[in-house]
Amino acid sequence: MPTATINRTETESVAPGATPLLDVKGVTLQYKTKKQIVTASYQVDFQVFPGDRFVLLGPSGCGKSTLLKGVGGFMSPVEGEINLNGKPVHAPGPDRMMVFQEFEQLLPWKTVLENVVFPMVTSGKYARAEAVDRAKRYLEKVNLTKFFDAYPHQLSGGMKQRASIARGMAMGPAILLMDEPFAALDALTRLKMQEELLELWEELRFTVLFVTHSIQEAVIIGSRILVLSPHPGQVRAELNAQQFNHANQDCAEFHALQQRIHDMLFAERIDAMGQHHGE
Amino acid sequence: MRWGNIMANKADEAVPAARIEPPVRDEFEREPRSIGEIGEISRSLSPWQRLRDNSLARNLFILVVLGLIWQIYAMWANSPLLFPTFTATIQALWDSTVHGPLLIRAWNSISILLIGYVSGVVLATLLTMFAVLTRFGSDLLGVLTAMFSPLPAIALLPLALMWFGLGAGSIVFVLIHAVLWAVALNMLSGFISVSETLRMAGRNYGLKGWRYVAKLLMPAAFPTILSGLKIGWMFAWRTQIAAELVFGATSSGGGIGWFIFENRNELQTASVFAGLFTVILIGLLVEGLVFRTIEVHTVRKWGMTR
Repeated sequence: MPTATINRTETESVAPGATPLLDVKGVTLQYKTKKQIVTASYQVDFQVFPGDRFVLLGPSGCGKSTLLKGVGGFMSPVEGEINLNGKPVHAPGPDRMMVFQEFEQLLPWKTVLENVVFPMVTSGKYARAEAVDRAKRYLEKVNLTKFFDAYPHQLSGGMKQRASIARGMAMGPAILLMDEPFAALDALTRLKMQEELLELWEELRFTVLFVTHSIQEAVIIGSRILVLSPHPGQVRAELNAQQFNHANQDCAEFHALQQRIHDMLFAERIDAMGQHHGE
Repeated sequence: MRWGNIMANKADEAVPAARIEPPVRDEFEREPRSIGEIGEISRSLSPWQRLRDNSLARNLFILVVLGLIWQIYAMWANSPLLFPTFTATIQALWDSTVHGPLLIRAWNSISILLIGYVSGVVLATLLTMFAVLTRFGSDLLGVLTAMFSPLPAIALLPLALMWFGLGAGSIVFVLIHAVLWAVALNMLSGFISVSETLRMAGRNYGLKGWRYVAKLLMPAAFPTILSGLKIGWMFAWRTQIAAELVFGATSSGGGIGWFIFENRNELQTASVFAGLFTVILIGLLVEGLVFRTIEVHTVRKWGMTR
């Protein structure tokens, strides 16, 4: 059985007095539909520290994507506050780069390279020459070296998501926000992308806030998992998962954690929701 | 669904539901055969097949047939005053292009047209930007387009003549009216249809205000904007010729409309046809060359249209 060697120290090294990178305090988020106001998440608290692979996990309707939009600045909380590096989040900005689930998030009128360069230049963070340099470096890291001059419509879904990840990371954001980035991919590509993301993290140690509805993906990707309950989303638990990856997903602890989360989310609701929610 | 039906039918017939088990079959593996055994994998098309797939060739064929019908009918009717032959028209077109004033007339038309068209597009862009960024702007654009787009541009010409006098100013005014509303309406509907993900991506980059419109919404909505520009151009070209027909020459010399009018007065019917021909030719040229080039280098290259 593979033993957990990676980064056991990471969350434990955080002293009680350490300052979090992202501090979400008592946040309630609501969105309006045509007929009603829906409370998506209710008084949610969590803290993300530098280097975390922090996963928001929950079934559909737990407001995890809404929370991510709140952190991204696309929505304002009706209650509570979201602080990034001690400053409240008001509007979207290039310090929180978002990777969306949809493939169609790259600008179709720009080449892959230009897509990565554009936000760096337009936000005024990098001069053009430096931006091109960085873009090339990050595109190489996500294995898109051959596709600098391709247009997004010429890429496959997985390649588009890779380009989006490179675009997000090249900006050097304080935190990378990922909204189910692999959900629309086929199973094999998803597996590969998860592995690549972990390798990338090993190398660069960025901070990422990752939304998923897959328990397995959460345990593999996350170093820390925030489990949310649905309707409205409330914090159910915060768990550690930094020792798990693809290599040890057959070990007993992995299964135990998966089962624990599964029970947490579905045990009392199994009659209402059916069994197809099991991962 | 098919399975559902089969099951339902069985239930109706009240056949005892025997559970069908598929037979267990052996696994097997095969080596892929070498390409040499398969033989032909791809074959290039014959020249005739290629010709038939070429849209230019097919269109040319239609034009040739139309020209032939024209020629035969005109020769049979034998009335050069009312319906000159195709060859006579081409002769007149050649003569008035090489020896006559047709080129200058065409240039007069196009130069005024360009001024009116460009001003119309610029105004439409500003108005639409304002409409996207503020709610008042979008209300304003909605009311203005609803009021003015049904109003034929040429109907404003008498008024324009009183305001701006007999000359380019009047035509430009009418042209702007012809272009502005069509282009603005298309631009706005293009902006509205930009996907939420692209919008969020743009805001994520920190784009705001006019930079957001210019760098994100404009290119993202470009397929619709381009069709708006085409419609605007068509409106402008028609209005231009009509306006020239109404008041003829200006101080700087008339356009194609005036050329047609002049020749009708002199009963040079072949030249009238030649003038009409020029109007069509310029129209085709702009559509096939200018807009086509823009399309190939933008929306087609970006994979936003087929």
